[in-house]
Formats: sequence, C-alpha cells, structure tokens
Amino acid sequence: MSKSTVLVLSAALLGAPVFAQVDFSGEWAPLYHENGPERLPGPELGDYTELPINDAARLRADSWDADRISVVEQYQCRPHGSDYALRGLGNMRVTRDIDPATQRLMAFHTHMLAWDSDRTIYMDGREHPPAYANHTWQGFSTAVWEGNMLTVTTTHLKENYIRRNGVPRSDQATSTEHWMRHGDYLTVVTVIDDPVFLTEPLVRSDNWYLDPGQHIGIFGCEHAPELPKAEGVVPHHLPGTNPYLREISEWYGIPYEATRGGAETLYPEYRLKLNGYKAPPKCDRYCTCTTLFDCQLR
Amino acid sequence: MKLLTFTILLCGSAWAQVQPQPAQPQNDVHVFPVQGNVSMLVGPGGNMTIQAGKDGIAVVDTQIAAAAPQVMAAIRKLSDTPIIWVINTSLDADHIGGNEALLRLGGSNEASLRARVVTHENVLDRLVKMGQARVADAASINDTYFRSPKDFLFNGEPVMVYHMPAAHTDGDSIVLFRKSDVISSGDLFTPDRYPVIDLPDGGSVQGLLDGLNRILEMAVAGKYQEGGTFVIPGHGRLCDEADVVEFRDMVTIIRDRVQDMIKKGMTLEQVKAGKPSRDYDTQYSGSPDVFVESIYKSLVTSGKR
Repeated sequence: MSKSTVLVLSAALLGAPVFAQVDFSGEWAPLYHENGPERLPGPELGDYTELPINDAARLRADSWDADRISVVEQYQCRPHGSDYALRGLGNMRVTRDIDPATQRLMAFHTHMLAWDSDRTIYMDGREHPPAYANHTWQGFSTAVWEGNMLTVTTTHLKENYIRRNGVPRSDQATSTEHWMRHGDYLTVVTVIDDPVFLTEPLVRSDNWYLDPGQHIGIFGCEHAPELPKAEGVVPHHLPGTNPYLREISEWYGIPYEATRGGAETLYPEYRLKLNGYKAPPKCDRYCTCTTLFDCQLR
Repeated sequence: MKLLTFTILLCGSAWAQVQPQPAQPQNDVHVFPVQGNVSMLVGPGGNMTIQAGKDGIAVVDTQIAAAAPQVMAAIRKLSDTPIIWVINTSLDADHIGGNEALLRLGGSNEASLRARVVTHENVLDRLVKMGQARVADAASINDTYFRSPKDFLFNGEPVMVYHMPAAHTDGDSIVLFRKSDVISSGDLFTPDRYPVIDLPDGGSVQGLLDGLNRILEMAVAGKYQEGGTFVIPGHGRLCDEADVVEFRDMVTIIRDRVQDMIKKGMTLEQVKAGKPSRDYDTQYSGSPDVFVESIYKSLVTSGKR
C-alpha cells in the first residue's frame, strides 16, 4: 500500500463519521406509551402536571378559553410548533440532503402529518438568523453530531403552547432535541428553555418505530367564521373565574396543588409534602391509552 | 501536497459544523429584506421600512438624526436613487427625528425630485403646538393628509397610507405596500414591548385595538397561518399576522380585566395593585404600571363621554 493510499484512506475514515453517523431517513410512526391521554384525546383543562411553569404561565393557562380556537379565525389552522409536533399526532417522514460533490450531509427534512408541517434541520454549519428576523411555527433548526446522537437547536419559534390546554411557550424559547436511533426505533428527547414561562428546562421524550409502508395523507385546513361574534372579541376567563380548573383533580384524585405544576412538583421529594394523600382505588378515566384505538374515555 | 490539502479539507468539514452564533445586537443599523421591493431597517430608533426601485426610494419613518449617516449608508446598499417619499407614522422623535438629516444625505436638490414628507395632519398640528423644540421636526413635513387613505403609485406599486384614529396617538398612520404585501405599522404594534397609549396626544385603548384589528383585516396569512402579508412593527422583529394576533389578544385581555375591575368600583391604585397584566409582564418590556394606567384612564375617560 502506497503512502498516498494510506493518506486517502485515513482521510476517508476520519471524515466519514462526521458526514452522518446515523441515517434517520424513513417513515416513522409514533408510539404513545408515554403521556397517552395528553397526546391522543388531548390534555384535560387545568392539567399543568409535569411542567416547570412560573406564575405567569399558570395565569395565562387559567385564563385560556378553548373557544378561542374557534371564535378567533386566525387560530383555526394554527399548527403545532416543532417542539410540540414531535409529541402530537405526528406520523413523520424524514429525508436528507446529500451534497453530490462532497457526499456530505447538508440537511435533514421532517414532514409531519399534522398541518403538513415541514422543517429543515441544517447540517451545513450556517448561523441562525439575526434577532430581528421573522419567527415561524417550525423555527430555525441547525444540528451537530454528538457521537451517534444528533443534537438539534431550534430558535425563531412563534409563540405557541407547551400543552394544548393553554399553557404557553414564548417566542423567546430555544428547543434542543437529541435524536437517537436504535435499530427500528427512534427516540427524541426535547429540552425547552423558555425564559418567559419556565423556571427550569422542560424535558420530554417521544418515540417512533420505523414503518416503511406508512403513507402520510394530506392534512388541509381552511379557516372560516364558525360562530357569530362581536368584532374583536377574544374569549378568555377573567382571573379567578375559570370553572374547569379543579376537574382534573376531582376526576383523577390528584391533589389540586399538584395539578398546578411548577418545578417543585416534578421531583420525588414533592410527595413528602402531600401528607395523607392516597391514590384513588380504581381508574375511571383513560385507563388504557396507548394507541388511537384503545384510548377511550372509560 | 494536493493529497495533504484534500485531507485537511475533508477533516475540516467537521470543524465547519459549528454551533449557532448568538443573535446580533440591535444597536447597529441593519437592513433585512422582507419581500417584493420592501426591506426593514433596524437601528437605534423605531424600525424603518424601505421601498426601493427605479423611481427612487420611499421610506416609512426615519429613525433618529444621529443615526442618519449609518441609515443612509445602509439604504445605499439597496439603491443609488434619491429619497422621494417619506411617510411618518406618528410624531414620536424616534420615528420622525431623522427626517431632515436623512433628506440632506439622500434627497435630491432637483425641484422635480424633491422629497414629499407625509404625515396625518394631526401630527403636524401637535408638533407645532408643542412649541419651539418640535417645530424643527415639523419643518420638513410638507404633505399632510386628512382623508384616509392617502395613496400613490411608486416603483410600480400602490402605496396606501391609512389613518388609525385615536390609537397610539391621534395622528397614527399605517402603510400598506400593496404589491409587495407588506404593512408598516408604526408604534400601533410592538411585538416585544407594551404599547404606549399616549393619552395627552390623543391615544386610546379602543383606538389601539381598532387599529390592530384593522391590520388583521388587511393581512392575509399564508398556508397554516404563516407568512403571507408581513408586518414591520414600530419596534422589534419582523412579524406576520399570527404575531399581530398574539399582541391584539394581549391588549384585549388586559383591557377586559381592567374594565372588569372598574365595574367593581376599584380605583386606579387598586387596579394597579391587582396587577392585571402580571401574566404578560415576563414577556413584554416597558412599564406594566404605565400601560395599565393608560388603559384605566382611557376607559374611564371614554365612559364619561
């Protein structure tokens, strides 16, 4: 073997892992064994469990009225943000761009069923846009490899929700995703930092399995007046008047304080504060909820 | 040598995959292309809108006088033609303060190309009434309007100037670049800060909401409520209809809360102590107390009429 050949092989061996350690391309179907009731039928009103929210986020969620999605036309076709789409009803297709000249991985693209959401995750080292650039539902994503894990950083997100019951996520948030593939399974751990509404990062994980025969249909949405309303009305509950906030506590036997969320409630030590709490003897609501078909109210 | 270069380049691709850079500070002047013929200029004052083409340059607002050299240098990257139209969205010094200096640098001395400086007539009235200090600002205004909209065709594009009565002030204008599909909102809309309802200069909370709802009527969002009509705010980042909705909702909800507190007989001090904007204070800069007080006084005043 000549010196030249050794050099070329060395370069190839050194360079190849940087180009793409793992290929995420394919058709992915979501698994709902985590947080099924929240993700399939949708979260209960007033359920802020597992969310490290601050008082501002709590009052925003308390004030939220689901009528807003219908009455305010601009909300009717509003999609999930990319930080939420991963845990929504999201069959996903991943494709990738390879530069034909260098065979270097330039980008991954994700397409989600919900709202036909398309996102590009740039791998070409480009910078994020300046602070004064516009924001989008999917945000602006770049990624780097950390071993076999792809770490995606997303900024320039439009204001949206952390949970679909009015818990807000601001347009100043940064979403960091860690993509990991194990054979035919994909796990994405999402870390949301939001200086406006969170007191510490929100960490969530979502899983998919490879489903090569999957066909993602067309979503489609057209907004239209659904209800007569006075000009400029924005449905909301005045502070202290939302009648639905205790339902989650009553239905599931969870102490009301624990349903209000906050960083303290995320940790095992919080159980010590719930003196005398006893879990309800039997499950009455969404007792099995792992797929679209078995997730029934009772 | 070639092989060595190839090896370095190949391995160097790893170093190219760098982390994103932090956002640039906004204390410099930057031009950001929006769409069509329209760009946004960000600097130390309020945002500027620039429309450039073969007929010349139209600008909405002019930053502050001290920034004029940097602003003009930035505009010159878009076009060498003279500034023909200046539209001022209000009487605020950070929107109107660069009029004279900018025209000195970028206007034309030819009579046929002399810049027209447009505002609603209430702006001129108030600048003159303010006396000596602001009369200088008024001096460059040479084309007021009182019937809305004022329109003209420039660079092949209809430009519509709409009066938004009794909003941020009583002389606010918003500008629609109809072909480029861009709205310049002035201080009616400031996505990262509480709006200033300038009561002494004729502003009101209901007029502000009427103006925001008017922008929502005029804007047409793209697929799934994104893009389409872009909105250049008085301050802050480039926006579209969905961002205006969030801001309109914020003003409406806080207005409703203050209105409810007034109905319960609460005084201004009691309303401020109740902090009706507290769930928005972490998101919007500016004084919550000043914002709440302006809503309270606006509602009380309108109730007495």
